[in-house]
Amino acid sequence: MSETLYDKLMSAHMVHDQDGASLIYIDRQLIHEVTSPQAFEGLALAGRKIWRNESNLAVPDHNVPTTERSSGVSSITDPISRLQVETLDKNCETFEINEIQMNDIRQGIVHVIGPEQGATLPGMSIVCGDSHTTTHGALGALAFGIGTSEVEHVLATGCLWHNKAKNMKIEINGSLANNVSPKDVALYIIGKIGTAGGTGFAIEFCGSTIQNMSIEGRMTLCNMSIEAGAKVGIVAVDDKTISYVKGRPFSPKAEDWDLAVEYWKTLHSDPDSNFDESILIDANLINPQVTWGTSPEMVVDINGSTPDPQLEKDEVKAESIRNALKYIHLEPNTSMSSVAIDKVFIGSCTNSRIEDLRIAASVAKGKKIANNIKLALVVPGSGLVKKQAEDEGLDKIFKDAGFEWREPGCSMCLAMNADKLEVGERCASTSNRNFEGRQGQGSFTHLVSPAIAAASAIAGHFSGVEL
Amino acid sequence: MKKFTSLISIATPLDRANIDTDAIIPKQFLKSIKKSGFGPNLFDEWRYLDHGEPGMDNSKRPINPDFILNNPKYSEAQILLTRRNFGCGSSREHAPWALEDFGFRAIIAPSFADIFYNNCFKNGILPVVLSNEIVDELFEYTGKIVINLDDQSVTTDEHSFRFDVDPERKRRLINGLDDIGLTLQYEDQIRLFETEHFKKHPWL
Repeated sequence: MSETLYDKLMSAHMVHDQDGASLIYIDRQLIHEVTSPQAFEGLALAGRKIWRNESNLAVPDHNVPTTERSSGVSSITDPISRLQVETLDKNCETFEINEIQMNDIRQGIVHVIGPEQGATLPGMSIVCGDSHTTTHGALGALAFGIGTSEVEHVLATGCLWHNKAKNMKIEINGSLANNVSPKDVALYIIGKIGTAGGTGFAIEFCGSTIQNMSIEGRMTLCNMSIEAGAKVGIVAVDDKTISYVKGRPFSPKAEDWDLAVEYWKTLHSDPDSNFDESILIDANLINPQVTWGTSPEMVVDINGSTPDPQLEKDEVKAESIRNALKYIHLEPNTSMSSVAIDKVFIGSCTNSRIEDLRIAASVAKGKKIANNIKLALVVPGSGLVKKQAEDEGLDKIFKDAGFEWREPGCSMCLAMNADKLEVGERCASTSNRNFEGRQGQGSFTHLVSPAIAAASAIAGHFSGVEL
Repeated sequence: MKKFTSLISIATPLDRANIDTDAIIPKQFLKSIKKSGFGPNLFDEWRYLDHGEPGMDNSKRPINPDFILNNPKYSEAQILLTRRNFGCGSSREHAPWALEDFGFRAIIAPSFADIFYNNCFKNGILPVVLSNEIVDELFEYTGKIVINLDDQSVTTDEHSFRFDVDPERKRRLINGLDDIGLTLQYEDQIRLFETEHFKKHPWL
């Protein structure tokens, strides 16, 4: 019988099936400090043990400072943030879980370090108490975000109850223009299908555009599939996947490697497999994107304008447009390139990998950020990304252009640490969510690609770029 | 886990689509390492006129009189009525913790985001999906609503509507069953699966 990739991954992990609720085995759980303390507490209160310690890997990322932090956890000035990181350290010690601590060079955003360390591999079932766990689907893994009760459940049982999703295929064919990135593809798709367009679905991305896309780019795309509401976003394993995984610290070695590769090569949808829904996208139609509102689906081409709610027939949608424009202090029919910005953020689990930094640096090279830019931050996704960027001299390019070069972490994507926007500040951000208050109460977030973020920092307003 | 069988209450109408979990409970409150006490900060940025931080005395903060949760008419409401794609965004279970701590035991909407929907069941909250038309009708209705999980119905003075719920989730919520305890009944089966799985995939 022909199976989709998602179906294959589900069958490979099925322990028990009961009335459509499947108990699936979890190969890897990634843990961070924000959504795990209550799970460890629940475990301790019930006197339960960890099912399999080595399935888990922890790292602090949400609360960590991105400024000087050589004195370790004590350099976190906010006492409740510090307590959360200390609690993670303590729980990992008590429960004997492998943790990459704050000042380890391998530390970084959980969804950057998983693939980087080879801790997330093709064919694995991967969960984390974080919605952007969909990122790991780029390697052909079954990966999704869960709540804290489920974090505790996986710690205690090694398994999770999962209601099987429907299959959706998004096929993208054609070449992307030089100035169009995987982030633009993701925003374009969300603009087409909406933030609930993928709800209840496992999305498989395929087509020539995806085949030609780097693994980092596929991660950006799969990362954003949660913003379309999808349970998972996956890409079939190909030679690029296998080359990416090879030689990483947790990757299989020697004869295990050959066995693994043989299995990984089966991780694609069969030719006649059945998808509940299929969407075809022409890559040539995709331009650089910028969000104008307070949901990732509120997006236009960088040369576009804010919408006019009077032209929207659906009253709930018209009301959403009015609410969003009111919140974000923009009038209907405003050209996005006329909108000035205050801050720029290049980072997050969506866009903080080496190729993101390379492209942003290529735009910033030899230029200066505009006078009206109060702060332009570059926050690498991990200590190893930071080091590689420095080896390539990218830090110097950014600093010369007036950007700040920071330590790795989630930073201003959700502003749990000190990196945040003030009331009324407008930001061009390479992160994934432009919700009200996301980067700071009363602030305005516009999602863009790294190239557009860098070009906008230099222009002082939203700006396209030729590459 | 808390049981849910039935409920009689008026509904607080929160007329907005795509309400995300950042709005339900802003990130600064996620720094807590506890599961309780999030209720006073539910919808914090909409409910108060100042900027909220953990540790503040919320009873002394200026409230936003225009926000529906601050309307005394709804102070006893245990049902939240809202629009499509409720709970989108972050997976934070702090969102259902805050809703439950505030006093909501059921949420009615035309659709929910997956992770949020799932998290509700773990915390004794029943998310009810009804069509756009029925939700429109409920927004016009101001009386008491009866929600019965056993027969999967939402009843007003005028009508009764049926809703769908996955049978296994329903069974667990009605009986208040502990998920982990249930799963550990399959311990031998999990061990058996694990042995075979690692034999086939020795690199894991």
